[in-house]
Amino acid sequence: MKAYLTRRYWFSASHRLHSEDFSAAENQAVYGKCNNPHGHGHNYALEVTVGGQVDQQTGMVCNLVDLDRFVQEKILERFDHQNLNTLTEFKIVVPTTENLCVEVYGILQQGFHHAQVEKVRVEETMLNSFEYAGGKEIRF
Amino acid sequence: MVYLTRKAEFSASHYYHNPEFTPEENQRIFGKCNNPNGHGHNYTLEVTVKGQVDQRSGFVVDLKQLKDIMNREVIDAMDHRFLNKEVADFKDAIPTTENLAISIWRRLAPKLKLAELHRVRVYETPDLFVDYYGEA
Repeated sequence: MKAYLTRRYWFSASHRLHSEDFSAAENQAVYGKCNNPHGHGHNYALEVTVGGQVDQQTGMVCNLVDLDRFVQEKILERFDHQNLNTLTEFKIVVPTTENLCVEVYGILQQGFHHAQVEKVRVEETMLNSFEYAGGKEIRF
Repeated sequence: MVYLTRKAEFSASHYYHNPEFTPEENQRIFGKCNNPNGHGHNYTLEVTVKGQVDQRSGFVVDLKQLKDIMNREVIDAMDHRFLNKEVADFKDAIPTTENLAISIWRRLAPKLKLAELHRVRVYETPDLFVDYYGEA
């Protein structure tokens, strides 16, 4: 039996949306308030969905302890209370929540092997959220 | 095709224990969840069904019928119960959220006549849920 487990986490970070490919006026036009050079912050909610066969012995897709530990060490400690623009992955890539989703998915895909990484969902605010499944269609 | 989701809530207790494991293994794998006296959760169940919209009624499914089936098959059986001891589904299966979702699917799927079951989602807590789509 294949099931999908989703766990929700939180982190807070600041960022500034600014692209070197745009002129100052274009950056202002495209990003508006998000282009403020001093940055601004969000409480991000992160949902990680992993899938796999439910182990007959444990009744689990994967042990939550392993998922929590991985996310804590590799994602929350990396991004929580940071200015995203100062991190190497966002030196060139603009730290939009789209790109954050893709980045977090990549970290999980590369390093988490206790279950299949299906999807990452990031809420930037209570009003907007972003989902990435490595390019796959997302089933609801 | 239109999808319809109905929520329900139930509260139950459980613990995780596999008699094939040693006490040390049970403790290592299941941690606090291995406490034999059990602990409880307020579960939220979301049942999603799909189907064509009936021309005459405008419904995918009669919500009252869906609610009655959910109450009869799931809530009456599991609400305010110790899942390990009082629900037969968990006589040989550990009542994890994964197995709970699978068990609820098996209870509901044969009872739904007009609409097709699409997804069973069980929230154990607001920050942990499992989806089951009936996959082998």
